[in-house]
Order: sequence, then C-alpha cells, then structure tokens
Amino acid sequence: MRVDTRMISGFDRFLFVVLFLILGIGVLSIYSVTSEAGGASLQGTALYLKQINWIVLGWLVFLVMAWIDYREMARFAYPIYLVTVLTLALVPVLGRTGMGAKRWLTLGSFSFQPSELAKIGILFALAKYFSDNGPKKGLNLGQLLLGSGILIIPALFILKQPDLGTALSVSSIFLSMVFILGLRSRFLIYFSLISAMVSPFVGQFFWNNLKDYQKKRIFTFMNPAEDPTGTGYQIIQSKIAIGSGGFFGKGLFGGTQSQLKFLPERHTDFIFSVFAEQWGFLGVLVLFILFFLVILWGIEVASQSKDLLGSLIAVGIVGLFSFYFFVNVGMTLGVMPVVGVPLPLVSYGGSAMVTTLGMLGLLLNIKVRRMIR
Amino acid sequence: MAGRFFPHEDRGLEKKIYWFFGIIVTGLALLLLRAWNLQVVNEDYYLNLSENNRLRLVETPPPRGRIYDRNGALLVNNIPSFNLYLVRGDIPDREALVNRLAHYSKIDVDRVLEKLEKEKGDPYRPMKIKEDLSMWEVAQIEGHGLELPGVKVEAEFKRHAISGMLAAHLLGYVGEINQRQRGSEKYKDIKPGTIIGQSGIEQNYDAILQGVPGEKRIEVDALGHERQVVHERLPSRGDDIFLSLDLKVQKAAEAALAMRPGAIVALDPRNGEVLAMVSHPAFDPNVLSTGASSEAWKALLDDKYRPLTNRVIQGLYPPGSTFKIVVGTAVLETKKASANHEIECRGFIRFGKRNFRDWKIGGHGKVNLHRSLVESCDIYYYEMGLELGVDIIAAYSRLFGLGALTGIDLPFEKAGLIPTKAWKKKAFKDQWYPGETLSVAIGQGFVTTTPLQLATMVSVVAAEGMWYTPHLLLKRRDDKTGQITEIPAPPGRRVPVSPAALKVIKKALAGVVSEKKGTAVKSQSKLVSIAGKTGTSQVVGRAANSEIEEDLPESLRDHAWFVAFAPVDAPTIAVAVLVENGGHGGATAAPLATRIIEAYFDQNESASPVETQVAAPL
Repeated sequence: MRVDTRMISGFDRFLFVVLFLILGIGVLSIYSVTSEAGGASLQGTALYLKQINWIVLGWLVFLVMAWIDYREMARFAYPIYLVTVLTLALVPVLGRTGMGAKRWLTLGSFSFQPSELAKIGILFALAKYFSDNGPKKGLNLGQLLLGSGILIIPALFILKQPDLGTALSVSSIFLSMVFILGLRSRFLIYFSLISAMVSPFVGQFFWNNLKDYQKKRIFTFMNPAEDPTGTGYQIIQSKIAIGSGGFFGKGLFGGTQSQLKFLPERHTDFIFSVFAEQWGFLGVLVLFILFFLVILWGIEVASQSKDLLGSLIAVGIVGLFSFYFFVNVGMTLGVMPVVGVPLPLVSYGGSAMVTTLGMLGLLLNIKVRRMIR
Repeated sequence: MAGRFFPHEDRGLEKKIYWFFGIIVTGLALLLLRAWNLQVVNEDYYLNLSENNRLRLVETPPPRGRIYDRNGALLVNNIPSFNLYLVRGDIPDREALVNRLAHYSKIDVDRVLEKLEKEKGDPYRPMKIKEDLSMWEVAQIEGHGLELPGVKVEAEFKRHAISGMLAAHLLGYVGEINQRQRGSEKYKDIKPGTIIGQSGIEQNYDAILQGVPGEKRIEVDALGHERQVVHERLPSRGDDIFLSLDLKVQKAAEAALAMRPGAIVALDPRNGEVLAMVSHPAFDPNVLSTGASSEAWKALLDDKYRPLTNRVIQGLYPPGSTFKIVVGTAVLETKKASANHEIECRGFIRFGKRNFRDWKIGGHGKVNLHRSLVESCDIYYYEMGLELGVDIIAAYSRLFGLGALTGIDLPFEKAGLIPTKAWKKKAFKDQWYPGETLSVAIGQGFVTTTPLQLATMVSVVAAEGMWYTPHLLLKRRDDKTGQITEIPAPPGRRVPVSPAALKVIKKALAGVVSEKKGTAVKSQSKLVSIAGKTGTSQVVGRAANSEIEEDLPESLRDHAWFVAFAPVDAPTIAVAVLVENGGHGGATAAPLATRIIEAYFDQNESASPVETQVAAPL
C-alpha cells in the first residue's frame, strides 16, 4: 500500500491554504486581545506564541494521522476505546483541577485532557462497530442501543468532570453516523414513540447531573434578561462587540476591548466576537467561506471513500467539526446557549488544536486511500 | 481522476451524505444571516452602545462580617450610608465639576482634585470621594444631576462600632486600601478602592471579615448616570467573629480608667483569653472608618497623649515594683536566699558613692521575701539584685514572657526591653555597671514592658506556672451556612519554675491586699479574694527621689501600676492596670483593678442561673 503525492488532489492542496488562513486568523486574534497595554502583556505575548507551538505540534499529529492507513488504525479501535474509558475513569481519582472542573491528567510534566482522546476513541469504535455490523436497510434496535452504549459510557464520565460542551459534542459523532446509516422504517416509528415517552425521565436524569453553573447557563439562554450569573451579560457584550463591528469592522486593534474585557474567555470561547468586531461582516463572511470549504472537503472525503468505515469516520469528523462551529458561533451571536466549546482551529487551547488537526489528517488519510485496494 | 466509484450506492449512503451536507450548509446560512442582522441591520444600535461605553461593570463592596463579644453581644456591625463617587471617564472638566460639586456637598476641592489626578487606572472605575452624606447633600446632588456629569451617589454600608470609643484600639477601624498597601505582597489580590481593616481586630482578621464583592452591570446615560441595572450579583458578607472580650468587664474597665491616660487589660489566666482591653485616650473608630478629614487626622497624630497608640500592647513603661514578682522568684529558684532569710532595711543602702533609697523613709526593719513583696521593700531587692546579677534577672524575666512579643492576635505589638550585659555592650558599646543592676532589680532603669506582658506575668503566678499566649479570636461564623467554627486556642507552655517557689510568691501577693501592712490593703473586696502587686514607676528623665511627688508637674509624676488576679485559690481573671502619671500604684491603680474584678464576678453570678444547692426537705 503505497501512498504518493499524486494521490493528493488539487482541492487537497487548496485546503492547506484554507487551513493556514484559518489558523492565521486565530493567532492574530489571540495576539490582538492578549497583548493590550497593561498587566496582561507579559502573559499575552506568551499566549500567542504558545498557540503557535501547539499548531506546530498539531501538524505533526496531522502527518501521523494521515500516514498510517486508517484501516490499520481501525483494527485497534476497541483497545483504543478501552484505554479511553479507563483514562476517563482515572480523571476523578488522579485528575488535576482547573477552573472548577477536573479535566486534566498529568504524566510527568505532560498533562492532557482524556476527553480529547475520547473523541478519537469514540469515533473509531463507532465507525468500526457500524461498518462491521451496519445492515443495508438501516440500523435495528440492537445496533442502535449498542452504538449508543459505546457513546454513553465515556460521555457520562465527561459530563461528570463536568464538561457539558465536550459531552454534547461527542454525541454529535454518534448522531451524524446514525443519520447517514438510517433506521429501519418500522422500527423508527416504535422508537420515536418510545423515546417520546422516555425522554422526560432521561432529561430529568441529565438535568440532575448538571452542575449549577451549567443549569444557569441553560436558563440564561432561555431568558437572558433574568440572569443570575452574568452569562447573559457576556452574551450582551458579545453581541455589542459583533454588532458594533458593522460591515467593514474596526480594524485589528480598533476594537473596543474595553467592551470585551468583561468577557473572561475572550481569547478562547469568545474569540469569534473579537474577530467579528475587528473585521466586520466582511471578515465574518470570509471566515464562514473558509469553514464551508473545510466542511465541503470533509463531505467529499466521506462520499468518495471506498468503504463504509472511511465514510463513517469522515462523517463523524465533519459532524463534530460543524457542531463545534455552530455551538460556538451560535453562542457568540446569542442564538445558542453558553456551553463553553471552542471555535475549532481559532480559539486558544492546545488539546483541542491537536485533536482537530489530527482529525483533519485522518480525513486526508481516507481521501488518499480512496483508490487503493 | 479516472472513474470515481461509489461502493455504497446500494445503501443510498451518498444521498444521505448530501442531505447531511445540506443541513450543515443551511445552518451556516442561518448563522450568517444572524451575523448580517447584528452587523449590518442593527449596526447603529450596537455601535452606539459600544462607543458610549454605556454598559459598565461596577463592583459593589461587600458588607463586612460582624464582631461579637464572647457572650454574643454585638460590638461592630454595618449601617446604611450614602457614599459619593466620581467617575473620571465621564467628567469633561474636572476642576469645574469639583468646584460645582462643592456647592452641594462639603468636600475639600484640592484634595479631591489631587486624588483624581493621582489615579491612573481604569477611568470608569468609580472613585469614592466622601462617605456618609447627609440627606440634604443627597437631595442636592441628585437634584442637580444635570450639572454634575460623572457624579454618583450609592447607597452602601459603613462600618459602625456600636459603643463608639469602647475598645477602640482593640477593634480598630477600616479604610480604603492606600498606595503603600497596594504595593505590598500581602494585599496584592485586593483591588483599588477596597475597604480593608486598618488597625486592631479589623486589620488582623481582615481576611475573615472581608467578604466577596458583588457586581452590578449597569447601563448609563451620556452623563454617566445610571439608567438601569442590567444584572446584579449581590455581594456576600464576610464571616462574623466572636472575640473572647467580655462586654461587661470591658465597660467596667472603660469606666474605671475614665478620663485618665493609661491602660487596662484583663486575661483569663487559665487559657490566655483577653477579657478586656482599654487604652486611653482613645479615638472614635466611627469617625476614622468613614474617612476623617485631614485636619482630624492631624489633630490625632499631633495629640501629645497619642490617642492612636494602643498602650496595652504598644506602650512601653518601666514595670516598677511589679517586677519584684520576677526577681523574687529568681531569688528562690537560684537559692540566693531562702524564703525565711531576713535582711535589715534601714531605708537606704550605700553603693559606690551613692545612696539608694527605699520609698519608705526610715525603712521597713527586718524583711524576708514575703514582707518584701507585701510592703514592697526596695532595699531587699537592691541587695538580692546584686547577688543575682543582671543576666539572671533577665533570664527569669524571659521565662515570664517579658522582653518578647506575647504573640497576641493584634498588629503592631511591641516587645519592650529586658537588659543584659551583652545587650548593653551592643547598644552602647559600654560595659554593665553594677549600680545599674540595682535599678533593674526594682523594675526601673532600662527595663520596659507593656501592660499586656505584665498581665501575662502575673497570670503565670495565678496559673501556677503556665504561660498562655494572650488571644482574642474564639469562633467564626460562616455567613452562608451559619456554621460556627471554634478557633483552637494557642497552646500554653510550662514555665520551668518550681511550684513551691510560685506558692510562696502567690501567698505574698495575697498578702499585698489582705495584710494590714500590704500596699494595696485599701483595695480589698468584700466579694472575692484578690492577690496582686503594686508598682510605682518613675518617669524617665526625672532624677531619682529628687522631689516630693505632689509638687511635680503632672507629666513627670510616677506611673501607677497594679497587677492582680482573683480569686486567690482558683484564679479566673488576671488584670494589669496602668495609670500614666497616676502617682502611687496602691492608691491609684489598685482600686481600679478591684472594680474590674468585682464587675467580672458580679456578672458571673447574675449570668449563671441560680442552682439549688440543697434538696428540698420534702
């Protein structure tokens, strides 16, 4: 199984340009909000440089994930999944606490979030399970339940950390795959009837498992005016920042950061607000087109894959990537609840950057092997 | 790109993938529409909001925790107050504005302008200019709002000591964090403008009392005046604390000392809990806590009676004859003389070329240790001091906690001085002269102590050899849960002195009050047996025994001391009383101690329910 550069199409090459543009936008935006005059400058300089380091590491992972045949990787899907679940189970015991949640595991001087590993683990386990067992006429009850079991075990651990954003986002992998596989029609009717009856109880269970701040965020989304925690105010500030950017924007350092300094997560979760204020609707349009191109490429990979495994992996990645984009941008525009997920490739944060680039590498992997037997 | 093949056509997979893509694209389009709506359709609205900086975050100060005495009597709380703030960013012309404001509120124009000029931080942080506005001022300022851009009045809390000047030094006052404190490591997390404890308990337990500030997100109009509150997170009050102080004893001590400058401290000798602490003259913490004027500050700082000094822990005085407790113990412990050993006191001894006199002209006659304490014979201690030498006296002083910080939970305590030969060499580059030992032996010369140290000294005799760190904090109460946490008392240490020696001393101290010739016999109490030691310490700078006391100007008269405990058999209170320039300890200080001790026991009787001792004869 040899791979050579001829297998990389023109669109693939073009995509590298797209990715570099998105990454550049991210670094520039981080630089602009963390290097303002005052106490933040020392830390700020370090932040955008750190982000560049993470991008470099991300590209290395991209290469690895593109190089090893995804079918070889899928052979280890279940062991990877088991390791994922085990590390997640270790977090409450050995984890490091940061910002009120236990999300990190430390190995020597290296610390990582097992929930990032979980994205890969769930992706492979589901793709492998569905491609091995997926019937042509859609999933039956047993397959659907086993598949959701694969999702729910790690998802509950992640929810417990607590990390509502990641728990919801891994669900998007599952839902995307189920969507393209379809359900058996007769079963579908039963299932929707049953789930309609059961959902209040499941909902209750999940609601009880949410932390107070997560509940408040959802309340706030329902009714931002009566806001007990200030997240409604974050949304208002974010809307002011974006709206005041107008059509052409205020320029790189022209944004009134005096507004945004009320956003505690302006270089992470609210980076889109920063960008939209600086570059206006025109900038937003360009960013949307860039993300559209990445998604389009993923869809092409999914539809051209020569086996079901590849298609499922690609669809899962596209689903996850889009989910992040919708929830994050929707939040800053005030149309989605504040659940604290990053904007992929743009927000500051190492673990998410590495995972995202790794998954994009996986897409390229599937793409270049579409013609290999 | 020859012959794309789609192996899953039979599943309809590709079709579904395109549906999937369609959903995503629809989502992207909807979000883009939303961005269009915000950025193009409503641009003016949002631009207006952002440019005028109309949405602001204002910090609301938390009410501080309350301070109670040991029985739950409220000592310090918070009461409503209207405070005046200026927002630099909203003021077009500072000088004009401050001058206009001066028409409606009594402010020091120059001082306010200087404060505005000095501040370099966030221009939209409201700066407090004045506290506790009168209703008239509030009405004037609110009524002339249109002429006063950037001026706001906030309804907040101010610190209020319920009994005004009572225990002022101990409780302390609060004030805005100052420039110097802002630079220090201890306060590095405290934001500018925060009210912090500036002395006493308020300072020492600031972290407990402080609380967490709230936030108010407000929309303001073009003049910077609040139009509506967008959202508010209420501040959370600091935790309450309970002190070992006993309000009734404190009141008795305040009343006893009255207008005289001096200090009184009462301890529980069994554990070091401070029951009362008075330092006069005092200041009014309610004035200082609401930002006293610079003239008021100057008056306090220039006052020759130093009302800001807490004499109990910062006042350094020669202990006078109360020091004989230490020297007497040293005599017995080193076996320089037995308890029965007698000396002949003729009213003076000659040493070198000088006569050292006793306070009693003609002397006390034959004196043993017991009599030397009861009648406070100086000659006995001159002779014993020469036997002991200054370094041994110093060593025993330290055992009783003199010459070192007691470690009480109050800031700025002073250690005083217990001289040694080595110290003199270091401080004066000179040798120790034996004549100086004579002064030290009667608690004069270089020896200085705080009233608190002398209270712990006499407590050691009361507690038969245990020395406890004096302390004030007993419990704290969590404001949210109401849960009360007991603060463990600092551990005591055993003073390495034989119980037999302390027993002799204790008996002599009881004699000071109960025996006919005792120096404090007039301060006997009908209520309780008292033991104590008088002291009359010479004011530095006055030639020894040169003139008759009553003819001296007041500032050069002797300081009067009395240290005491009661009841003699099982002491539960120890007191140190100092009256500055009060003359004789027995005449001036001892009666005050008796009043305090009586108040303490009187209260104990009324506070505890009457128990039926004898079973009913039915």
